[in-house]
Amino acid sequence: MLELRNISLLFPEFSLKDVNLNIHEGEYYVILGLSGAGKSLLLECIAGMQQPNTGQVILDGEDITYKKIQERNVGYVFQDHAVFPHLNVFNNIAYSLKKKCSKEIIHQKVKEAAELVSIGHLLDRQPNTLSGGESQRVALARTLIRNPKCLLLDEPFSSLDVQLRDDLRALLRKLNRMGRTIIHVTHDYEEAISLAQKIAVFQDGKIIQQGDPFEVFANPVSEFVARFRGIRNFFKSKMISQNQTMVKNMIPVDILIQEKISEGFIMFNSTDVKVTKERPTGKISNLFKGQITDIIPNFKGNEISIASEINLTSFINHPAFKILQLKIGDEVWASINPERIKFLPII
Amino acid sequence: MIRTDSFSLVLSLLGAIILLFIIAPLAGLLLDTPVAKIFETTQDEQVVNSIWLTLSASFGGTLFCAIFAIPLAFVLARKEFTGKRFVLGVIDLPIVIPHSAAGIAVLGFISRDSVFGQMASSVGLDFVGHPIGISMAMAFVSIPFLINAARDGFSSIPVRLEQAAKNLGANSVRVFLTISLPLAWRYILSGFIMMFARGLSEFGAVVIVAYHPMITPVLIYERYTSFGLKYARPVSVLFILVCLVFFIALRFLVQNRSKQNLKSTLLKNNAN
Repeated sequence: MLELRNISLLFPEFSLKDVNLNIHEGEYYVILGLSGAGKSLLLECIAGMQQPNTGQVILDGEDITYKKIQERNVGYVFQDHAVFPHLNVFNNIAYSLKKKCSKEIIHQKVKEAAELVSIGHLLDRQPNTLSGGESQRVALARTLIRNPKCLLLDEPFSSLDVQLRDDLRALLRKLNRMGRTIIHVTHDYEEAISLAQKIAVFQDGKIIQQGDPFEVFANPVSEFVARFRGIRNFFKSKMISQNQTMVKNMIPVDILIQEKISEGFIMFNSTDVKVTKERPTGKISNLFKGQITDIIPNFKGNEISIASEINLTSFINHPAFKILQLKIGDEVWASINPERIKFLPII
Repeated sequence: MIRTDSFSLVLSLLGAIILLFIIAPLAGLLLDTPVAKIFETTQDEQVVNSIWLTLSASFGGTLFCAIFAIPLAFVLARKEFTGKRFVLGVIDLPIVIPHSAAGIAVLGFISRDSVFGQMASSVGLDFVGHPIGISMAMAFVSIPFLINAARDGFSSIPVRLEQAAKNLGANSVRVFLTISLPLAWRYILSGFIMMFARGLSEFGAVVIVAYHPMITPVLIYERYTSFGLKYARPVSVLFILVCLVFFIALRFLVQNRSKQNLKSTLLKNNAN
């Protein structure tokens, strides 16, 4: 349906590099990346607001790379909504239909679009009297009324509070179920995972991994992707035997037996890093002595950063943390059960 | 009790002096002119004609120039091109050159010796000593106010809004007419008022292009040089009052709209 072939866009201080994407009809595609990674720029290339230096944008088999914004028939919902401040909600939604349809049809279509996004009661309001969520819905209704081939959403949740986020999430799922192709740009992992059928992780103007979201996050190809899932312990390593890998070319880490001896990454959850003040007795695999450099509390427990041969992150729940009485600067022992370490070979 | 620090006091005193500098001559002019004399002047056909000529020449010139100045302002706000800084400098030129010199320049451009003057002459038009010539002289010295204000207005509109309109299928002309122009109108109107007001008060450039028919600033000068201060004062007061009425009315129009916007913004904030 929508295909991006080798899109590159060069700016003096930033660039998109050889981006390839293939999005099928009716798909909910999320582009995930940090702010400033170039995600919005990519949407602008699709919408025609930016002209790529190289590459092609193909929509339904037609090359639209050099087509005018007006002729592309892709709907763009801006991060700041870009609701026209001098037009009331009705006229904002009706903007694309003016001079093209009769008054009766405009009224009917505006009503339908407004009801679809639950703002039927706001049609007479001025934009500066709307909340962030209402304004977002006006922008959405205004775009949907044109029946675009695909919907481009630039950080649609960024200005909404938790309640409104849930409502919008439900609305976007509904639109997707109705067959609408959606390309959604976000920096929020949870937002991405809750909506995406396909996902592309974006870093420094490049797609570094794409595919099914659960596949992508179960098998991250870099620390960057792993960190999106909240995995703090992610290290490049090289297998030296069937059950041992080497991190930083010098620190051996025991893992479960692997069939293939290759290079790759190891990763494990913070909850799998066990911390004790005294050296544990008996034969313990993957035992590291380190010093606590930071303690970040949250509502479930405390995230502990430990500087050792490899920098580890451990998560300790509140009752256990109370018993251990840890503080920054304490010397501790950290151990990881080999069964809890996942090895991801570089394919 | 309101606490005032000494620095604020010094600032207020300095400000008061400059305000007095503006108010004192005007107040003196008003106080020295009997009301009866002002009423008498309103019956003076020459004065009334000159005021109408001044108002219409300035308004006509402003309106005509707006047709060209607003698109130019939009281009300057939205496009980057080689020589843009030069163009911006050229636009500000009439503000910095002496107005008598500006008058000479305009006269050179419209006189029968020039190509433009000859072309106009061939269709029976002679701009020298003509209200159109007066309009041109007024517009020449006041056009920067309109262009700069309109440019600020267009620059203040987020490009996103224009892109959103294009994304909704609107062509560039429709985007300009339905998004850019309505959103910049307050700035444009402000610039229009400033250009109009500046045109009304022009003397130096106009007197060179057309002593006759007489616009009010020229008439005031003539009354002063021919009959003295006493005879120039009532015309001056009347003209100031007329200018003030127009100026206040137009300003009111602009501010009324901004108050409405402010009110809705406050309503929104309260609602949130």
